[in-house]
Amino acid sequence: MGKRKTPGLNTSSMADISFLLLTFFLLTSSINTDQGIARRLPPPLPPNQDKPPEVRERNIFIVKINSKDRLLFNGEIGDVRDLKDRAKEFLGNPQDKDNLPEKEDVYIEGFGGTYPVSKGIISLQNDRGTSYDMYIQVQNELTAAINEMRNDLSKDKFGKGYADINNQQRDAIDKAIPIAISEAEPKNVGGN
Amino acid sequence: MARFTGKKAKETPALNMGSMSDIIFMLLFFFMVITTMRESSLYVKIQVPQGTETSKLEKKSLVSYINIGVPMDQYQSKYGKEPRIQLNDMIADVSDISQWVELERADRSPADRQYITTAIKADMAVKMGLVSDIKQELRQAGAFRIFYNARKGERK
Repeated sequence: MGKRKTPGLNTSSMADISFLLLTFFLLTSSINTDQGIARRLPPPLPPNQDKPPEVRERNIFIVKINSKDRLLFNGEIGDVRDLKDRAKEFLGNPQDKDNLPEKEDVYIEGFGGTYPVSKGIISLQNDRGTSYDMYIQVQNELTAAINEMRNDLSKDKFGKGYADINNQQRDAIDKAIPIAISEAEPKNVGGN
Repeated sequence: MARFTGKKAKETPALNMGSMSDIIFMLLFFFMVITTMRESSLYVKIQVPQGTETSKLEKKSLVSYINIGVPMDQYQSKYGKEPRIQLNDMIADVSDISQWVELERADRSPADRQYITTAIKADMAVKMGLVSDIKQELRQAGAFRIFYNARKGERK
């Protein structure tokens, strides 16, 4: 028996088959990188306590949204475009004014020292009739304020923007500027 | 120059297609790895709001979705025209959420349970009353990590 050469497999249709598979996966899958705003809900109040702890007036900035999607900042009519700057001024309190939040020196490991962490809390209250769109816009502006402050602090401390620092440095920044947004128990803020 | 002109024009050799399939397979695996299968079809119409400060949702396998919106036209006779909640592939009520959270939790390994995020995918026009009710239910059920889906957009 002489050794015969095995004929080469015709693999030209292989490409077609894999193309078919490829198109199938392209069509059935979605590359939706979900974008959005992450938040943490507070744990439910313990049953024997019906009121949250009192916060001093200077430490709280109240943002109310009514059912017509209009805003009140600490009782004054405001616009969503001003909200970011108001929130930055409130949380940063750069001139240490008396009517803006107190600060508490907290030791932060990543900085190797203490940093004056603001005690300010932004209280967000909305009506049941508020549109979800407006609510997200307000959340977006507040996030923008916090992100900008974090970015500034990161440049100050580490010489790089918040997006470019490592996780430990990010933890330190997050500790220095926490997301201090509190959402009230839902109630009707007012129909008009 | 006779060296060049003396020869006959050669025929172009056929391209070797053998590695074509390898390249396509590589593409295929790339897409298989980076994409996720569409899990369930939507029964509600959703146009998420726009934001400038959005971030990416990490760890897709630890995310449960709550869709909120008006039922699509073909389902309106069945579910009405008011905004409804869709959990996985069924229309549900607010009171079903705590049970659903338990089920979602049971699906994941115990080590991962604390990292489960609930993504709220709600239509722009939905009123906050419904969303607040859902948030309260999630709070009671202990699902504290939430995520509001939004499109990334320019500042208006």
